[in-house]
Amino acid sequence: MHTQARETNKFYESTNNKQIFLNGAKTAMPIVIGYLPIAISFGVISSQTGIPMLYAALMSSMVYAGASQFMALNMLAIDVLGIEIILATLILNFRHFIMSMSLTSKIQHLPLKWKIPLSFGITDETFALLSMEQNEENKQMKGFFVAGVMLASYSSWTLGTIIGGMLSMFIPPSVGASMSIGLYAMFIGLLMPAIKENFKVGAIAIISGVLCYLFNLFLNSGWAIVMATLIGSFMGTFIVKGE
Amino acid sequence: MELFFIILGMALVTFIPRLLPVLIMDRLTLSPWVKKWLKTIPYAALGALIFPGILSIEAGVPFIGLAGGIVAGGIAFFKLHIIYVVFGSIFTVMLMKFFLL
Repeated sequence: MHTQARETNKFYESTNNKQIFLNGAKTAMPIVIGYLPIAISFGVISSQTGIPMLYAALMSSMVYAGASQFMALNMLAIDVLGIEIILATLILNFRHFIMSMSLTSKIQHLPLKWKIPLSFGITDETFALLSMEQNEENKQMKGFFVAGVMLASYSSWTLGTIIGGMLSMFIPPSVGASMSIGLYAMFIGLLMPAIKENFKVGAIAIISGVLCYLFNLFLNSGWAIVMATLIGSFMGTFIVKGE
Repeated sequence: MELFFIILGMALVTFIPRLLPVLIMDRLTLSPWVKKWLKTIPYAALGALIFPGILSIEAGVPFIGLAGGIVAGGIAFFKLHIIYVVFGSIFTVMLMKFFLL
C-alpha cells in the first residue's frame, strides 16, 4: 500500500515537473523566435568565412554568446591572434557575471547541482526573462521552469547555427536583418509591466540607458553595459524605497 | 586544430563569469541592502541592454530601431502578449526598410 502511494506520488510529481518544464520552454518562445534567425545567419556567415560547420556548431554549443561569436568571425577573417579573440570575448561577456549574481540570488533555494548547469544558460535574454518573471505570492521559482527556459533558448541557438551552416548556399547572410529588432522588443515588453506597476523602475532603466549611451562614447559595448548596470542599479536602490 | 583551442578558450571565458557568482554566493549571507541592490540590477540591465543598442538595428539609420522600439512599447503598454510585441516591432522595421531604404 505504502509503496503504491509513494509510486503514485512520484508519478504525479514527474508529470507535474514535465508540465513546469514545458511551461518554461513555452515562456521562452520570444527568445527562440529572436535567436533562430540570428543563429541561422551566424551559421551562414561562418561557412562563408570558411569555418567548417562542425566548428561553427561547436562554437554555438560551447561558447553560446551571440555578439562574441560574430566578433570572433570578424577577427578570424582578418587573422587576429587567438589569445586576442579570447580576451575580447572575456571583456564582452563579463556583464554576465553581474547578471548571474542577480539571477543566482533569485534561485538561491535550488541545490548547487542545479545552479551550476543552469548558470551556463545565462544570456542577456534568459536573464531578462527570468528576472522579470513574476512569482505569485513569493512562490520560489521552480528549477524545472528555469531549465525549460534555458534549454529551449540554448537549443534554438545551436540548431539555428546548424541549419544556417547546412543551408548556407541558399540563405542570404542578411536573413535575420529585420528580425534583430525582435530581442530589443522583447526587452521592452518585459520591462513595460514593471514600469506600469512602479514608474520608478522606468526611471532606473532610463538612467541606466543614458549612462550606457555615455559610456559607449569611450568604452566598448561590453564594459558600457557593465558600468551602466552597476551605477544605474546602485542609484536605483535610492530611487526605490523600502522593499 | 588551432581553431578548436580558440573555441575552447572562448568557452572557458564565457562560462566562468556565468558560474562564479553561483559558487561565491553559496557561501555568503547577504545583507538586506545587497539583496535590494541585486533585485534592482535587472531594471538597470534592461535599460542598458535596450539603449543605445536599439539605435544600431540599421547601420546609420537610428530612427528605424527607435520606431521599432516605440511600437514595441506601445503594444506592451496595452498588455498584449509579448509575442505580439516582438512581431509588431519586426513588422514595423520591415515596413520602414521597405519604404525608406
